[in-house]
Amino acid sequence: MNAKSFAEKNLVDAPIDRRSFLLCALASGAVLGAGGLAAPAAAVPLASGAERQSDAQFTSEARFYEKLPNRKIRCKLCPRECIVGEKERGYCGVRENRGGVYYTLVHSRVCAVHIDPIEKKPLFHYLPGTTALSIATAGCNVNCKFCQNWDISQSRPEQIHAEYIPPHQAVSVALQYNCPTIAYTYSEPVVFAEYLMDTADAGHAKSVRSIVVSNGYMQHESLIEAYSKMDAVKIDLKAFTESYYTKVITGQLKPVLESLVTLCKMGKWTEIVYLVVPTLNDDDAEFRGLAQWVKTNLGPDVPLHFTQFHPEYLLNNLPITPVPTLERAKAIADAEGLHYVYIGNVPGHRAQNTYCPHCRKMLVERVGFTASQMLIRKDSTCPFCRYKIPGIWHL
Amino acid sequence: MGAGAVLCAEPEPATPSTKSTVVVARDPILRGTGTVVDPLRLGALLDRTMQALFGGGHPAEASPENAIASWHRIAGPGDTVSLKVNTLGGRGIATNVDLVAAVCMRLQQVGVKPADIVVWDRDSEEMERAGFRIIIGGDRVQCYGTDRVGYESELCAWGSVGSCLSKILTRSSSVLINLPVLKDHDGAGVTIALKNMYGAIHNPNKYHPNGCDPYVADLNMLPAIRSRMRLVICDATTAMYEGGPGFKPEHSWRPNSLLASQDAVALDAIGLQMIEHKRAEMGLKTLEAEQRAPHYIATAADGEHRLGHCNTSRIALVEV
Repeated sequence: MNAKSFAEKNLVDAPIDRRSFLLCALASGAVLGAGGLAAPAAAVPLASGAERQSDAQFTSEARFYEKLPNRKIRCKLCPRECIVGEKERGYCGVRENRGGVYYTLVHSRVCAVHIDPIEKKPLFHYLPGTTALSIATAGCNVNCKFCQNWDISQSRPEQIHAEYIPPHQAVSVALQYNCPTIAYTYSEPVVFAEYLMDTADAGHAKSVRSIVVSNGYMQHESLIEAYSKMDAVKIDLKAFTESYYTKVITGQLKPVLESLVTLCKMGKWTEIVYLVVPTLNDDDAEFRGLAQWVKTNLGPDVPLHFTQFHPEYLLNNLPITPVPTLERAKAIADAEGLHYVYIGNVPGHRAQNTYCPHCRKMLVERVGFTASQMLIRKDSTCPFCRYKIPGIWHL
Repeated sequence: MGAGAVLCAEPEPATPSTKSTVVVARDPILRGTGTVVDPLRLGALLDRTMQALFGGGHPAEASPENAIASWHRIAGPGDTVSLKVNTLGGRGIATNVDLVAAVCMRLQQVGVKPADIVVWDRDSEEMERAGFRIIIGGDRVQCYGTDRVGYESELCAWGSVGSCLSKILTRSSSVLINLPVLKDHDGAGVTIALKNMYGAIHNPNKYHPNGCDPYVADLNMLPAIRSRMRLVICDATTAMYEGGPGFKPEHSWRPNSLLASQDAVALDAIGLQMIEHKRAEMGLKTLEAEQRAPHYIATAADGEHRLGHCNTSRIALVEV
């Protein structure tokens, strides 16, 4: 989108048009794996004020922080609790202390927007066969060494192209493209919690649902306040050891486990993804401990996806996860009594399908990210044995 | 040059007999009777600093000719030289514009074309707020932030650090001169030469945990930085002993000094001493007692990094 049309769009406050949407999707090509940059070395002159993205447009006071002496603040969004001095930013890179007031710099600052199958999130027990308008801003509160989207998650907002898409426009686009759901995903939605909350409210007013794909690394209060507005949640549980979280994620396991328990208590439909990284978190004992913990603390019906790792970002020295490793993880979790254990990122694998834990018949068949067959009844039961299949299966 | 060569393109391993030279040059009447630094005296102080660092006569006999001879050790015709300033703190605690101008003049006098010199930091607006005029194109010295050219799309990684580097560094710089300021930092303890390179990467916010240790050291190990770094001149005309990195006039003082070395670790070690000395004078606890000692300086000197010396027994401090 050129600068003129960008300004015009904002002035008339019109829904984002198809061309703008496509350009925004192209600009976020990194998410699609098309992130090569043409790299002119020459400096460019300062654009006129009208042509530059207005920082003020995306800036609003953050909701989760407390003020400290000497114009410092303590962020209360995630367990990191960054103490941020004036003119500094928190670890996420998208929240800044200006004169003792903490601001989010990414409200409505969308750097990636796509229409994805819900299975791509992955959410397997939530409206199968539907699509989600999937949006992201820059920033993340951890630094996973295998991040697929590091060029947006590990960047500051001003370093990547973004479009101004306020909540009501996001909802309009979702309706325009027949997406029943808006997904907050790709980077880490925790860091754009204010935008997520406002968009979820705007969506619910128009019967558009909201889901979030998150690392769950949040403070208890912010989790409750922000994710209570979600219709479903997918949590990336990166491993089941603190040492992995310290070394590979730059975070902590314990708060993530606490978030999972809280989400279940809140009654949120929750699914868990565990990315199996060869040699780092693929130990049988770890799989077993994870499965036991899920069963004990969340129950056997919470779907658990073991997904295949591909070398990315700072973990380029490891191989793709062997499929037998994923099958071993699933076998262990099955044996521990979990009802819905899936294998992800392996197209065509039978463990991508949903089976009835009672009669063992296939209920949802998936090919890639497409649900090719969905047999679960309107009352969420198995058509063969009437066993209740947990999830949100129908609009 | 001695052990200062540890920051050159092909560093020699430090040995017990080598020392890194750090010059601390002072001019008590740098501001005359006023509050503003006198550009002429600052230029003379720079000459005295360079002559003391590279030899070439008694500092008391500093002359432009001797100073220019020193600059021949840093750059020459055909080089593209980038000057990494520090402007985050605004006009109150940024690299002095007149100091940068004096460096640019000396570089031109040793054969570097004006357009082959780039004064840079992370952000052009921050540079303007600190008093720099943005200049892009033409035959003049260039001056702009990385926001005008962006960062490389490829990651550079060393140890705990994986970052995209400023294209100014990678594409407009065969020689890097680091021009930091001397100040306290609430998270890192101090920010002087080593930490100034946070302004060369796209994701500095990721490297503030644990007092920036080992991130600062790891960042300076990136070949694109290490191979270009030739000289550090720290602007300590004004400095901060508390409350950084933003400018807090109530916590600043005026050492009226320049620090210079080819060993950024040694320079940071001496700078840290100056800040701790001032903190003690002001009745403040040490940074160690405040649990924010800059351990990254020692990490930069350890056997894994060998970026320079932090032990004062390995530093030749020259005060002029």
